[in-house]
Amino acid sequence: MSNWLRESLQRVFALFRSDKMDHELDAEMAAHIDLATEENIGRGMSPEEARRQALLRFGGTEQAKQQHREARGWQPLETLLQDLRFAFRVLRKSSGFTTIAVLTTALGIGANSALFSVINGVLLNPLPFPNANRIVSMFQEKPNFPKGSISYPNFLDWRQDNRSFESIAAYRWADGTIRGMGEPEEVHAQRVSATFFPILGVQPILGRNFAEDEDRRGANPTVIISEGLWKRKFGRDSNILGKSLNVGGTARTVVGVIPSSFRLNIQNFETADVYEPVGQEEDPKFHQRNSFWGLDAIGLLKPGVSLQQARDDMKRVNAGLAGTYPDIDAEIKANIIPLKEEIVGEMRLILLVLFGAVAFVLLIACVNVANLLLARSTARRREFSIRVAVGAGRSRIVRQLLTESLMLALIGGGLGLVLAKWGTSAALAAAPRTVPRAEEIGLDPRVLLFTLGISVAAGILFGLVPALRTSARDVGAHLKDTGRAISPYRSHTQAVFVVGEMAMALVLLIGAGLMIRTLAYLWGLNPGFDPHNVLTFGIEPRPSLADQSSDAIRAELRAIHSTILSVSGVEYASLHWGAHPMQGDDEVGFWPEGQPQPAREADYASTLEYVVEPEYLQTMRIPLLRGRFITNADNERSEQVAVIDNSFAQKYFPSQDPIGKHIRIFDYDADPSQRTWIPFTIVGVVGHVNQFGLADDARRPLQAQMYRSLMQASDLFTKNAAQGVTAYVRFRSSIGTGAFSRTIRTTLLAHNGQMVVSENQSEEEVVARSIRNQRFSFILLGVFASLALLLASVGIYGVLSYLVGQRRQEIGVRMALGAERREVLRLVLGDGLRMTFVGMGIGFVAALILTRLMAGMLYGVQPTDPLTFAIVALFLSCVALFACYIPARRASRLDPTVALRYE
Amino acid sequence: MAQSKLDLLQGTLDLMVLQTLATIGPQHGYGIARRIEQVSKDKVLLNQGTIYASLVRLQQRRWISAAWGTSENNRKAKFYSITKRGRKQLSDDAAYWLRLSAVIGRVLALREDSGYE
Repeated sequence: MSNWLRESLQRVFALFRSDKMDHELDAEMAAHIDLATEENIGRGMSPEEARRQALLRFGGTEQAKQQHREARGWQPLETLLQDLRFAFRVLRKSSGFTTIAVLTTALGIGANSALFSVINGVLLNPLPFPNANRIVSMFQEKPNFPKGSISYPNFLDWRQDNRSFESIAAYRWADGTIRGMGEPEEVHAQRVSATFFPILGVQPILGRNFAEDEDRRGANPTVIISEGLWKRKFGRDSNILGKSLNVGGTARTVVGVIPSSFRLNIQNFETADVYEPVGQEEDPKFHQRNSFWGLDAIGLLKPGVSLQQARDDMKRVNAGLAGTYPDIDAEIKANIIPLKEEIVGEMRLILLVLFGAVAFVLLIACVNVANLLLARSTARRREFSIRVAVGAGRSRIVRQLLTESLMLALIGGGLGLVLAKWGTSAALAAAPRTVPRAEEIGLDPRVLLFTLGISVAAGILFGLVPALRTSARDVGAHLKDTGRAISPYRSHTQAVFVVGEMAMALVLLIGAGLMIRTLAYLWGLNPGFDPHNVLTFGIEPRPSLADQSSDAIRAELRAIHSTILSVSGVEYASLHWGAHPMQGDDEVGFWPEGQPQPAREADYASTLEYVVEPEYLQTMRIPLLRGRFITNADNERSEQVAVIDNSFAQKYFPSQDPIGKHIRIFDYDADPSQRTWIPFTIVGVVGHVNQFGLADDARRPLQAQMYRSLMQASDLFTKNAAQGVTAYVRFRSSIGTGAFSRTIRTTLLAHNGQMVVSENQSEEEVVARSIRNQRFSFILLGVFASLALLLASVGIYGVLSYLVGQRRQEIGVRMALGAERREVLRLVLGDGLRMTFVGMGIGFVAALILTRLMAGMLYGVQPTDPLTFAIVALFLSCVALFACYIPARRASRLDPTVALRYE
Repeated sequence: MAQSKLDLLQGTLDLMVLQTLATIGPQHGYGIARRIEQVSKDKVLLNQGTIYASLVRLQQRRWISAAWGTSENNRKAKFYSITKRGRKQLSDDAAYWLRLSAVIGRVLALREDSGYE
């Protein structure tokens, strides 16, 4: 192998030392002839005869030189270098053509490389964890939530009884209020099992991971912090280990620092600044089998265990749990999803559809360049004829033309890479927090290889047809050609190109049109509340509050409420616990009184539960349909009341008046073994609120919603609210959001300096975020469709202009014979529109097939929506008409006398 | 194809050049050509010029080396000599040729016996 390599290298070097080697060979041959001549003279020949014989025996000197060159060099490479030099000269000479062709190619290739770099980073690259392909996400599947949370005892049993996992780890949200280091500050915090980081293969850069015996009640409180926090709060103090950090009101010993390269964002887990052991939770209710505290898990499959085997194994484990705890775990199910799938989610379909779309853009760009090359080959016909006449073979000319187009494509590809880099960051910036793993997207070797690949493919694609066309006919014949007549053959090829472009543009426009319709539909949906001028704040009252009595907590919550109301500009405010529209789910089991109490936990009905204050209705502007909403009279001393939404009413009280009816709700304060249920009286019915986001709400099974008074909440809820509650605030529209939220914050801090008020967000943002995937698809499809439209219009315009140029004389003759300008206009327009309509016909059929692939991305519109098809067709026709009109008008303005003389 | 026939001839010539250099020591192109003609008793009709393609090829493979020197009658000429690597190649190639010609001989004998001729 190395011999072969050395020889090849020498052959390449020989190309560059060609002159020197030729000289040496000349000297060597001269010596040869001299030696032979001398020997011949020695044999008695005359000097002339001696030299003649020497030359004769030598054979042709030119032939020997040629053989020498072939033996030492590398013929194909030599030809290639020649072709490249020539192609470079040709392209530089016609810089206008080159610029347009390169830019067109760069647009097509750039869009493809950009999207491929996203696909590469999100779908193709393995997750940045050592055993990424063995890591799975685990949830407890429930009737209303396929990814429901796991109760901690169930998790412990899963961990102990399974046979398919090396280990599993649980995680949930934690209170990340840091106190005792300047102003109280809220950072993101997570609670994790001791096995969590080992499963992901994440090693602390300092200290250690949690130990198993730390991960339980009563253990010494410890904490692992992020590299970022270590840097920001501790100035990279290398003696950080063993120091104390007050998080969420508990002093914890720092045992490790996690590198900032660690990133993970999934349901109930975001890369945090603070990690605590999940099993240390002191609240006994967390350790009950029927409490679901937003706990999910990840697992590391044993090597060689398939996903299906793990699922079967967990079925076995759960069957055991159902036998042991029939009242709670009768229906328990584990939902196991590969971690990568969980992270990528529905972005997979979106990216694949977009990739299909962007491939069309490249095809259209290629067709445009091919058209340009075809037109140019006419001008170069004589050049090729001359080359054929002096002995160039057909393959040599095809090779020369392909070299030119490849060079164009490669330059375009290089420029495309720059566009891709810029375009990717632009696209990701336009849709923040939409694309998972966005920080892993970049131009890696695979993207570069892909770009090189499509550049070469594009070069061959747009170069081949013109090259074959040019050389197909008897090129020699064109030496006599004046270039006047137009070959019907080539105009046919161009027509096919235009038809193809129009078809592809139509498909892309329909795709974009369907996304516009989807967005319009989603924006038109009534979320059930008015998100304008509503801000929400996370509020953590003073740390000691949770340890006080429920009465004291309620008094403080009331005080916070009136403090917020005292801020000028505030219209209404409500403290809020439980489920949040489009933000967080919280369900509760119940049964309507009068019906028999279900025997098993799984048989209870479920409703979303919002724990609110009376002004919530006005804050969110939810319509009251019947009865009344919660009032200030519904407090800790009065009868428990509930307000339900109309979905609840329709489902559980069909054709009855729900007002005055009773439902029983599980009492979380009571001993769980007692299983007590508290009666609630329904006092009102309100409109349905879009809980799961504009796009998803209608597809989710859990629709029933229930409101109850924060002041009537159980002691458990009240204690939780003391640790963190959300304030919903409606402000007067005349006030700017920024100044307003600053005032609220200062006022609250003036009320209690220990309070932590976290970043506000507007409900409008929340609603917009619920359709960010659709928005992202729409933006990109829109950009690609616009590119396609632009390129296709330029394409049809270019071809028609070219045809008009070619037919100048014919048009001149027609006009000289009395044709009206209008007839000429119609003639040319007819040509263009014929191509357009044939293309659109083909595009329609293709779109009918292809748009089905994006069915999963569409809301409120069918993939074959006739209205979208019709509007897009009309739009494309208008654009095409305009593109055709310019050359047509130019044709009709021709002066026949000038046109006839034109050559 | 004509291509493969040419390759075979080239290979043959390369072998002859190597063998010549191995027996007579450093020699210039003309000397090598003459020597091959003499040894083959002029049965090989060699265009002497073709030897230079063979020489450059052998050089690139590092089987022979070249240096300018002076001939016996005081002419400047390029002298070639076989390298260690070349000797190894020569013995391999020679063994190959001997085996091949033995086999071909046997095959041809077989054809005569079967009465095809």
